Amino acid sequence: MKSSRREFLKLGVTASVGAALFPARASAQSTAARVVVVGGGFAGASCARALRQADPRIVVTLVEPNPTFTACPFSNAVIVGLRELRAQQFTYERVAADGIVISRTTATGVDPQARSVTLADGTRLPYDRLVLAPGIEIRWNALPGYDQAAAAQMPHAWQAGEQTLLLRRQLEAMDDGGLVVISAPANPFRCPPGPYERASLIANFLKTKKPKSKLIVLDAKDAFSKQRLFQQAWSELYPGLLEWVPLSKGGSVTSVDPATRTLVTDFGRHQAKVANVIPPQKAGRIADVAGVTDRTGWCPIDPATFESKLQPGVHVIGDAAIAGAMPKSAFAANSQAKSCAAAIARLLTGATPSTPKLINTCYSLVAPDYGISVAGVYQPSGGQIAEVPGSGGVSPADAPRATRAAEAVLAEAWFRTITDEVFG
Amino acid sequence: MVRFVAAAIGFVSIAAAAVASAEPPVGAAACSGCHPASTRVTSPVPRLAGRDSAAIVKAMQDFRSGARAGTVMDRIAKGFTDEEIRAIAAWYATQK
Repeated sequence: MKSSRREFLKLGVTASVGAALFPARASAQSTAARVVVVGGGFAGASCARALRQADPRIVVTLVEPNPTFTACPFSNAVIVGLRELRAQQFTYERVAADGIVISRTTATGVDPQARSVTLADGTRLPYDRLVLAPGIEIRWNALPGYDQAAAAQMPHAWQAGEQTLLLRRQLEAMDDGGLVVISAPANPFRCPPGPYERASLIANFLKTKKPKSKLIVLDAKDAFSKQRLFQQAWSELYPGLLEWVPLSKGGSVTSVDPATRTLVTDFGRHQAKVANVIPPQKAGRIADVAGVTDRTGWCPIDPATFESKLQPGVHVIGDAAIAGAMPKSAFAANSQAKSCAAAIARLLTGATPSTPKLINTCYSLVAPDYGISVAGVYQPSGGQIAEVPGSGGVSPADAPRATRAAEAVLAEAWFRTITDEVFG
Repeated sequence: MVRFVAAAIGFVSIAAAAVASAEPPVGAAACSGCHPASTRVTSPVPRLAGRDSAAIVKAMQDFRSGARAGTVMDRIAKGFTDEEIRAIAAWYATQK
């Protein structure tokens, strides 16, 4: 593929007749198209690489302040000591080796009219197309009492890294017989099955290491991802240890007191030894600065190109985007990134983007050797990203343990494969 | 003049082929989230690059119909038409 592409480029440069036949491509050659990607997670790094692969003439700059990316998928295993944080960490060396300029700083402003991004040092980066992949930001104080200082007492651990390790240390330090409470937010939020995978693995940790302890999940919802599978596994593996309290039974947390690690609901107060507050979220900050968020705090996009419905020339992918039926997952982000790159490569040459077909595949561990999955296929429909009718779904409800064990193995393979594609 | 036209036509066909092979068909790019693109990765999930296109088509159709048991592929195959499957299979067969 690459060699034939180079042949084409060589011919394109030497044969003047080519310019006459392909005016759009020829003009893109004379001034190389510039794409700036903000955010180096699953969405941003995937998109930067896919852009170079789609058309090596595109000058791609990836703006990302962190030298190391810490992946969220499998970070629940780090919390309970099944895995080390370094297994979650990736650098950008291979991304840079694709010819992507890495700008190790923060994007502080976007001027969609002038088509430029402002960096922390005041530098302006001009672009022909901008991709924002900022992930999530915590909505501090949306849950009364939960601010940055509170996160040091009651970790969210919803952006992997130091918070992941803090929650791990708290669980390790807790005496047997302690109460652990997880607060799960209302939709939408990053990684819909994540709170329940976390609850499962913490229950597994307690059952093994501190069996007199108890885990309560206070939920702002009455339904959640892979619910039947999780609940079936909980009654089988963790009876009496893990209690899920839905919204309708008073599960919604209305405020927290970090000093006493207390979570307050309409029905009572829970004073925890370890409290994990998964707070309400919104699109990462630069999305707001760029004017691509709506009043929900997330970013409405065109379902075929991921171009913002609010700012032309700006595309939003990954957790920050309102992607219809697609969940906010790493796999969805990677799939969106590749479709967005293909659309941008076409738009830059004046061609019409094709209608994409996107996939999500997402595994959760209920125990170290017990995996479950959800998969879906998506396409634009009625202005939204919708599931292809008849496709997708979760693991079978009545599968034998061998199937669950096989899915746990596949979950790890999933992580190795996707992180290799994005960072390897 | 004849030579000039011949060269131009030659260029068109080479260019068309290059563009066609460079851009994966609809849906194909998503597969590599699970099916390793690189030989570096150890996975029970097979690489698709360079596989026989008829074998990929048969596997997808069997996953879709239920003739072959899958873990997630039974659910994913149901999201693709025969035409899409053939295009994806043909493209992967040409990849290295």
